[in-house]
Amino acid sequence: MNKTRKNDLIMFFCGAVVFLLLHALMETEIIGPFWQLNIILACINIILAVSLNLINGFTGQFSIGHAGFMAIGAYVSAIMTVKQGLPFIIAILAAFIAAAALGFVIGVPTLRLSGDYLAIATLGLSEIIRVCILNTPYVGGASGFMGIPHLTNFPWAFGLMFLTVYLIKNIVNSAHGRALIAVRENELAAETMGIDAAKYKTLAFTIGAGFAGLGGALFSHYFYLAHPSSFTFMRSFDILTMVVLGGLGSISGSIIGAVILVFVSAALADFPEWRMIIYAVTLIVLMIFRPQGLLGNKELSEKMLGLLRKGGIRRDAA
Amino acid sequence: MLLKTDALSIKFGGLTALDDLNLKIHSGELVGLIGPNGAGKTTVFNLLTGVYSPSGGNIFLSGKSLKGLKPFQVTQSGIARTFQNIRLFSELSVLDNVKIAHNYHLSCSLAESVLRAGRYFPEEEDVERESAKLLEIFNLKDKMHETAKNLPYGEQRRLEIARALATRPSLLLLDEPAAGMNPQETNDLTKMIRWIRGEFALTVLLIEHDMRLVMDLCERIYVLEYGITIAQGAPEKIRRDPRVIEAYLGEEVPDAPH
Ligand SMILES: Nc1ncnc2c1ncn2[C@@H]1O[C@H](COP(=O)(O)OP(=O)(O)OP(=O)(O)O)[C@@H](O)[C@H]1O
Ligand SMILES: [Mg+2]
Repeated sequence: MNKTRKNDLIMFFCGAVVFLLLHALMETEIIGPFWQLNIILACINIILAVSLNLINGFTGQFSIGHAGFMAIGAYVSAIMTVKQGLPFIIAILAAFIAAAALGFVIGVPTLRLSGDYLAIATLGLSEIIRVCILNTPYVGGASGFMGIPHLTNFPWAFGLMFLTVYLIKNIVNSAHGRALIAVRENELAAETMGIDAAKYKTLAFTIGAGFAGLGGALFSHYFYLAHPSSFTFMRSFDILTMVVLGGLGSISGSIIGAVILVFVSAALADFPEWRMIIYAVTLIVLMIFRPQGLLGNKELSEKMLGLLRKGGIRRDAA
Repeated sequence: MLLKTDALSIKFGGLTALDDLNLKIHSGELVGLIGPNGAGKTTVFNLLTGVYSPSGGNIFLSGKSLKGLKPFQVTQSGIARTFQNIRLFSELSVLDNVKIAHNYHLSCSLAESVLRAGRYFPEEEDVERESAKLLEIFNLKDKMHETAKNLPYGEQRRLEIARALATRPSLLLLDEPAAGMNPQETNDLTKMIRWIRGEFALTVLLIEHDMRLVMDLCERIYVLEYGITIAQGAPEKIRRDPRVIEAYLGEEVPDAPH
């Protein structure tokens, strides 16, 4: 059995252990409804952060429009379950496909832009999506889409989170992932290696958008409601903060970033006005002391191996 | 004939950076492109690889026009290059730099990659093995896992050539491969270029300021000045050409070592 397969098995095993542990704690109500809510939110945010990281961290395209794709997923899935009476799994798939398709359509023209221009374009497009929803009576317009069944539970949230992380990790660790990283590192050099940079940027954008849609589906089916105000620029900024906090180009970093921020805002639930201040201060401190994010572009396993090795050297020296 | 340019030219605003260039390079040749600073040599490479599109003329590789192709398509049709100011994936490992260059030959689909099924594992193993083999040839195998930017300058240049070869080109373009190298390194490089040409059945076009290297290595030379081809031919002929001597400001064009 080779190393990659072994790592996959370890990952599945750890995932199962964490799942069963949390599930048991929830069933026995040791974890109450408040923390249960936050754990599910953390799962959704991990999906959003890891998928944004594929675009921003691994492919180096600065997108701040993730909330728009999340909104598409939230509303499309709600249409499926509420208006069409279809099962949740179909709604989730539809959310993924719709968001990915829109990501593709938007990506093809926008990804010619780079840096700040791309950031502004994606921001603008996500606002356009929101305003369109706001003015569509079919989905409730400004009062939001109500009466969505509460179908998202912990197994769904954790399962889809795990699937997202696993699939995106596999993309990143394949030849396709190397192409994305090459585009990030040096676009001209990547092209000189025979890599179609435009194609790979669009690919990352499409897949990232699709998973954001999936996160949106879980979101709207947890809160009974999809409201345009849930998908403003602040949401995109939230997700971006998680990615930058954990480290651009680190999947485990995004997971850690998402978990930290969900629990920081949970802890500050009674002082909502403090939340944004804490976010801003966190980011400023991070930019000064650790601009590459908590994990840089390394994965947690590499970090731990590195620490062990360093420890070993120190022991040798002593 | 492997490469042919037909009255190739490019203007940047009012500046004609290259005018009426007619290269003819046969399969297996080792050809030099020289000229003073700003003569338009790198511009020729940028035109050949689709980085710039010509204002006039055309480029043919094995008889097929390269007009309108993007850089990645040019690479896929068999031209690889290095850059005057090295363009490695500097934050990535030496091994990953070479692995990326194998990419367009791979057939593993996205679905197979995502599910780690089908061709995924066999192909990953192939790429890993091929890349390590190439690095061994270039004496970089020990440094496989180092970050590319941490290599000494000479090794970065070598890695860039190794990476270019991993795309399996028929024509290799080298832009000042000996720049910044000491005489010993330059000697080794000369030997290496000669050797890889045979080993990989390559045709090489190289830009170089180091006259010894050019005269020693190249079978034919094109000389540019202000975008105009002022001479072409065998090294002995170029060395005696009055216009070339003048272009180099009376600088002695040194003899090749024997
Ligand atoms: N993108 C560009 N826009 C405008 N002018 C350019 C551009 N690229 C090259 N030039 C000009 O074309 C001329 C030729 O440049 P080029 O880089 O090809 O010279 P070179 O022969 O490679 O010189 P060197 O030996 O210094 O590398 C120069 O005058 C340069 O300023
Ligand atoms: Mg040059």
